[in-house]
Amino acid sequence: MTAPRDPRDELPEHLPALRAFGISLTRNATEADDLVQETIVKAWSNFDRFQAGTDLRAWLFTILRNTFYSDRRKKRREVADPDGLHAQTLFDKPHHDGRLAMTDFIRAFDQLSPEHREVLMLVGANGYSCEQVSEMMGVAVGTVKSRTNRARARLAQLLHLEEGEGLLDAQTAATMAVMTRSGVQAA
Amino acid sequence: MTRTSAKSSLQQQIDENLKRVFEESLHQDVPDRFTDLLAQLRAKESANQDKEAQK
Repeated sequence: MTAPRDPRDELPEHLPALRAFGISLTRNATEADDLVQETIVKAWSNFDRFQAGTDLRAWLFTILRNTFYSDRRKKRREVADPDGLHAQTLFDKPHHDGRLAMTDFIRAFDQLSPEHREVLMLVGANGYSCEQVSEMMGVAVGTVKSRTNRARARLAQLLHLEEGEGLLDAQTAATMAVMTRSGVQAA
Repeated sequence: MTRTSAKSSLQQQIDENLKRVFEESLHQDVPDRFTDLLAQLRAKESANQDKEAQK
């Protein structure tokens, strides 16, 4: 068995992911960079508490998200809006011409609360299990599951997608374009 | 189409888009300040170790 690597040597490899996770929480590169900076400093002084051989990236993500939420609690003057009610603008129905573009998806994602973006990034994008995420977030597995479901539902709602109606891939879009032209109501 | 498969296909498509969102940020260059910060932390650490050694 090879000896586990020193997390100090391994840390730089996780910086792009750490930063991407920070961006998904803050939706702002400058804020994300400050968050990553704080995370690195905290991680460095706590490496003695890191269990060698465990998932360093998950450990770093945990520090980053805890820092993010504690910074946010300190800045209470910024209106708390956990359910994203403040920004409850629904989008226009997506263009039925194959342009459920990434920009629409990102706009919808931006409107979610950080709590929703967080679970979606960890479970949906990074493939962590609800059990792993529950450890990272310090909440019950059931909470992670229900939050993930609500976050996905909210995203679908913002994108006007119902069950059975997928994000438009090229083929669906083409079919819909034909249907629209022939006067059949699409969706 | 069953309800479950429709749901999971929607979920799958959402997850694919989430991955793309994540990857977009992932492929950005990491600012130099982090490399500098890590170098500083290492320097501080070895300075502390030297101090320890001198005791």
